[in-house]
Amino acid sequence: MNITFNVNGKNETVDVAPDTPLLWVLRDTLGMTGTKFGCGKALCGACTVHLNGMAVRSCQTQVGSVAGQKITTIEGLKMNAVQKAWIALDVPQCGYCQPGQMMSASALLAANRNPSDADIDAAMSGNICRCGTYPRIRAAIKHAAKNA
Amino acid sequence: MEQIKHQSRRDFVKASAAVAGGLAIGFHMPGKVAQADGGGGSFAMPNAWVKIGNDNQVTLMVARSEMGQGVATSMPMLIAEELEVDFSKVKVEFAPPAEVYINSLLGGQLTGGSTSVRDAWEKLRKAGASARMMLVSAAAAEWGVDASQVKAENGQLIGPGGKRMSYGMAAPKAAQMEVPKDVPLKPVSAFKVVGNAKQKRVDTPMKVRGEPVFGIDTRVPGMMYAAVAMSPYIGGKLKSYDDSRAKNMPGVKAVVQYSRGVAVVADSYWQAKKAKDLLRVEWDQGPNAGLNMQKIWAGIEEAAKQPGATFRESGNVEEAMPKAAKTVTSTYTLPFLSHSPMEPMNTLAQVSADKAIIITPTQFQQLIPHVVAGATGLKLEQVEVRTTYLGGGFGRRVEVDYAIDAAEISKAAGGVPVKMVWSREDDMTHDSYRPAGKFGLSAGLDANGMITGMRFHSTSPSISARLFPSVVKDGIDPFAVEGIDNFPYAVPNLKFTYQMHDTGVTVGYWRAVSHNLNAVALECFIDECAVAAGKDPIDYRLAMVDMAPSKHAWSGLSAGVAVGPRIKNALQMVKEKSGWGKPLAQGKGRGVAVMEGYNTVIAMVAEVTVSPNFDVTVDRVVSVVDAGPLVHPDQALAQMESCINFGQSACMWGEITINENSVEQNNFDSYRVARINEAPKKLEFHWIKPADNQPPGGLGEPATAVIQPAIANAIAAATGKRAKMLPLTPENLRAS
Repeated sequence: MNITFNVNGKNETVDVAPDTPLLWVLRDTLGMTGTKFGCGKALCGACTVHLNGMAVRSCQTQVGSVAGQKITTIEGLKMNAVQKAWIALDVPQCGYCQPGQMMSASALLAANRNPSDADIDAAMSGNICRCGTYPRIRAAIKHAAKNA
Repeated sequence: MEQIKHQSRRDFVKASAAVAGGLAIGFHMPGKVAQADGGGGSFAMPNAWVKIGNDNQVTLMVARSEMGQGVATSMPMLIAEELEVDFSKVKVEFAPPAEVYINSLLGGQLTGGSTSVRDAWEKLRKAGASARMMLVSAAAAEWGVDASQVKAENGQLIGPGGKRMSYGMAAPKAAQMEVPKDVPLKPVSAFKVVGNAKQKRVDTPMKVRGEPVFGIDTRVPGMMYAAVAMSPYIGGKLKSYDDSRAKNMPGVKAVVQYSRGVAVVADSYWQAKKAKDLLRVEWDQGPNAGLNMQKIWAGIEEAAKQPGATFRESGNVEEAMPKAAKTVTSTYTLPFLSHSPMEPMNTLAQVSADKAIIITPTQFQQLIPHVVAGATGLKLEQVEVRTTYLGGGFGRRVEVDYAIDAAEISKAAGGVPVKMVWSREDDMTHDSYRPAGKFGLSAGLDANGMITGMRFHSTSPSISARLFPSVVKDGIDPFAVEGIDNFPYAVPNLKFTYQMHDTGVTVGYWRAVSHNLNAVALECFIDECAVAAGKDPIDYRLAMVDMAPSKHAWSGLSAGVAVGPRIKNALQMVKEKSGWGKPLAQGKGRGVAVMEGYNTVIAMVAEVTVSPNFDVTVDRVVSVVDAGPLVHPDQALAQMESCINFGQSACMWGEITINENSVEQNNFDSYRVARINEAPKKLEFHWIKPADNQPPGGLGEPATAVIQPAIANAIAAATGKRAKMLPLTPENLRAS
């Protein structure tokens, strides 16, 4: 079944079962592997993308539900203030969770130009990092807020 | 310096052909001159670590796996320091398996044991210096001058009268020059690259852009995806399966049986996964049928009655203990833990009649050709291994099980390239877990509260008995006595014993390995003794630090000599920097812990707040670190941050349990790990200035073990409650 949606400003039409999670359509069908598979149950946030600007977990978003909608992935952030802050503070270690972290952080900053620690906790606690980059993530969000 | 390519097997075989001559120098593996680089240019390799293109591109080989700890930056920094090149312009490339790349501290091409920098510290600087000297000799020969008249600077060779030659021009000849026997190194004071506090990681920009660098991102033409059904039972075996529904699902190309279960091979992962869910599989529970925690703990308790093997003894503890004024006795019970790196296990394998290509996130590339050859019937040299970036390792990827699985599946599916991806559930329930165990301690205190006699009796499974049985001697696995055989206190009478006990659960190396067991139990127990003695926990430790330069026998990866002065120094500094002794509000507490591991000494003070319901918040952690010289200071710091996070998760929530011979936790809802809102509110680090000629210590692991007793001791200070069973959950604290 053909489903058309917009990814990073470009319309894509895919022929997949509509119940396929957006995550796997991005990764396997469209070859955009920046969005990561971590848990498959919206518990870890590695698969976070933007759906019309809102952070959503693509492992729990059926592709059929995003027909005609706008999706932004890590490949579409185009070196925004969050990515620049991530580079400035050398946030990633293994880096696997970081696309999801940056998608959540970008959505947070789009909605809140000057997030408090509590705002950061609320927006980012759905994203697990096993390497323990949390102190740098927090600092990088503040850095991005200042430099945005 | 962002593009990281894999050296092809072809390049490597060519480059290693010259090794057959038997060059004795460990870091030298000459390359043939002017090899095609595949992109229209050519390159030469003065040795196994340095590749120089005719376009002057310098590529440095990374022989360790990048799993977040920063080796893709720190290893090349060491080479570049002596090679005299602009570090911002070099590329790095992961090395294939080869003897020249073996980690001397581990005896294999293996990333683990916090050994990468320790092993590379001199070796890679010599590799860089040797290559530079060969480039200099080549230019000198070309110009007909003495090598002493040629200087290497920033990728250029400069001779008398302003003669210049680029490294790229000189490299083909350099690769044929005699390998220098005497390779002098710069003094630490002359370092320009190593120790640069502003150095950035080479892999950050591509990771930030979301480029496909991990094993799970790998794609090759014609690739299929595999989802797997593995035994839910530990040690279980496939009895039968019905694939009548699965094989007719859209996109499914094959349903195949392999050693570990049944795999569905399909055009996409989701198609494979959906079809896999429709398999009807019958399993035989195998030898562990009905295994549960009650039986496991009963087995451990029974085994603990055995005397065990003695790994450290002095004085006469039997005589000393009855004379003690006071006796403190405790048993610590520590659970199984899962590694759970964020990237689930995966491998891309293509196994045809005469060739296997294995692309995998592995910590142990050297082992893979052996196990894949064994599983497929191919010859060792027919197996090519390419190491990708690892989405976390923590010891899980020392195991090669998932590479074998993918190879078997590709072969069974007719040789198509297959990317096998485990679900999180597959990953968490098929881990090699941090061993559970019981740790019995008793101490006899004299009238002043000082410990005069001590027993330590560990009962836990041996990891090495399965993975490296040759290192297990006289009932002692050296990796099972870490963090206690280097007991840092001067106690005249002591006897430490280890009772190996297999629980049926597969156990594996988990970041900091047995330091997480032994040092956790020990440092909690020392606090108990301090309380019994009525002494301040830091002063108590300071008074007992063993200053004698004795050597202990077992741990291969620790300092190997008593490190009393370093321990004392770190304790004194953490006391001062943490504001130890300053009053804290009700419900708050401070705890200390100290340990030497991997030749790094860490003293830590944790401050916690404990609610009336026993919910614990870690407010502040002050660390004093004596790790010798730092190659990449910012990422040394990152490893401390990382270990604290990993250890905090483990001690506060980590617990894998078994019921009906199955692992009960299968995702991050049942296996809790720290989230950003739960991370310590404040981390402070103080680095001890290295002594002259002090070699680097490891930093990838030790703090993982130190943070745990520091938190436990802080909770005890805040509440008077000492949990003898980890994790430090409200339930376990309330029950203590």
